[in-house]
Amino acid sequence: MALLDGKKAIIIGDRDGIPGIAIEECARSAGAEVVFSSTECFV
Amino acid sequence: MNQYSVIKGVGYTLAITPDMVLHNGTTQTVERERNNESEYLKNITSHIRSYEDAVNYIPNQIYIGNEKPELLDEMEFPWYDKKFDGSEKGKFGDIIPEDEFYGLLQICDVFELVKLEEKFSCEVKAKMEKSILGEERASVLDKNGGTSVENLEELVKEEAAAPLYFEGKLVGAIKRAHEIDVNLSAHVMTENLVAKASSVLSILYMLKNNSIEPAEIEYVIDCCEEACGDMNQRGGGNFAKAAAETAGLKNATGSDTRGFCAAPAHAIVQAASLVRAGTYKSVIVTGGGCSAKLGMNGKDHVKKNIPILEDAIAGFAVLITENDGVSPIIRNDVVGRHTVGTGSSPQDVLTSLVTSPLESVGLTLKDVDKYAPELQNSDITKPAGAGDVAAANYKMIAALGVKKGQLDRKDINDFVIQHGMKGWAPTQGHIPSGVPYLGFAREDLMAGKIKRIMIIGKGSLFLGRLTNLFDGISFLIESNPGIEEKKETYNETEIKEIIANAMLKLANEILSE
Repeated sequence: MALLDGKKAIIIGDRDGIPGIAIEECARSAGAEVVFSSTECFV
Repeated sequence: MNQYSVIKGVGYTLAITPDMVLHNGTTQTVERERNNESEYLKNITSHIRSYEDAVNYIPNQIYIGNEKPELLDEMEFPWYDKKFDGSEKGKFGDIIPEDEFYGLLQICDVFELVKLEEKFSCEVKAKMEKSILGEERASVLDKNGGTSVENLEELVKEEAAAPLYFEGKLVGAIKRAHEIDVNLSAHVMTENLVAKASSVLSILYMLKNNSIEPAEIEYVIDCCEEACGDMNQRGGGNFAKAAAETAGLKNATGSDTRGFCAAPAHAIVQAASLVRAGTYKSVIVTGGGCSAKLGMNGKDHVKKNIPILEDAIAGFAVLITENDGVSPIIRNDVVGRHTVGTGSSPQDVLTSLVTSPLESVGLTLKDVDKYAPELQNSDITKPAGAGDVAAANYKMIAALGVKKGQLDRKDINDFVIQHGMKGWAPTQGHIPSGVPYLGFAREDLMAGKIKRIMIIGKGSLFLGRLTNLFDGISFLIESNPGIEEKKETYNETEIKEIIANAMLKLANEILSE
């Protein structure tokens, strides 16, 4: 059983940190259902 | 000619615009729209700094070149509460107050959109005549004769003009340029004139401080984040040529390059390539500032009871010319690109921007003395929860170095200190993106203190909602090894052939007579 099986994920990535798309890949591979994903610029 | 182009000069300026923070910064205008009675709006005025405090603010003194970035390594953090004796006159350009900036907006307005109250206008004109703008440009302000506060109030109320306040009083207005077209609304015209004006100011200081004749400039590339045009061509442009006109660059044309915060790095690579190709001999890359971003993190600053630190409209101008044998060279052949296929993990991003271009010429991370990525002032970003952006970038570069076997894990902190720097630039989007370091880099490269630097620009393309991608571009700048002497080689057979052909031609001409 994967770490995030059965979980829904809301992802907010950071342009100067980890972008949303990259977190999305990780979350999906851990079994999560990604319901929202975005990358934001905080500067 | 196969010589690298060079960084010939820089100009950096700031306009301290506290009233524009309140009336033009989107954090404040959106809050006013949603909740005009909010605690934030009630409290923000007491967090606005005086002009003197903004001038004496250490990161601002570094921006205009009066202090070096290294000073921040010695300073205890935060910096906003440290007393410092600065000057509005800078080595790279000046800091100007809001009233003079409004005068400059009118000087940059060729469509009679900017109106200033008569008495205010007279006072500003007297100051501007003695400034870098000079009497001829300042004479534009003569057109305000007879403009009263009542006239301005009417323009704002009846004709949707954007008000201009100084010390809390209405002193001017910017009219819309079209009754229906939102692209020419007073709001958009204000933002575009702000970008143009701050660009013009930086160009003028760059020319003056480097004794460059305006007529020498052949091309200008603007890389700000605004768009000018009308409803049929929203981003038609061209900020570059508009600024060139006001700055008196009569022999220049230009164009705009856009790419969010990465645009300055793109523009410099383009300029360096155009010059190296021989298309133009001298190109200015310039970017004006952004009034929308004033007070962008204001809510967090007020919540943490610190001053509103985003109170400056920044601008910069960089002159790129043919190789003079002295100024630092731009290695436009060592460029890192975040491509469509690169991927979005930090490892992919930094490989494409940092290690791949270095490896292409046999260099390692340690061969670059200083990296200049996003140089946002962390006094602004840390209280807002965005952390120290520059430090985050350095740590990721170092981590990649460890992964590549170029660096030991225990040396990460030393790498960050030796090859990085603390950020000092205002959070004006494209402004902090590597380019604020060019002035200091030029000096240190020419003095032999360092040999090679890398500028890294990153842009948040996803904000435009046309792609989920972001963007990045990097390039190297190195100390100038001197102009390579071109060795002329002569082939005796070829010379004999040329002479023989010429004699034959002459003989034929004589015979035909």
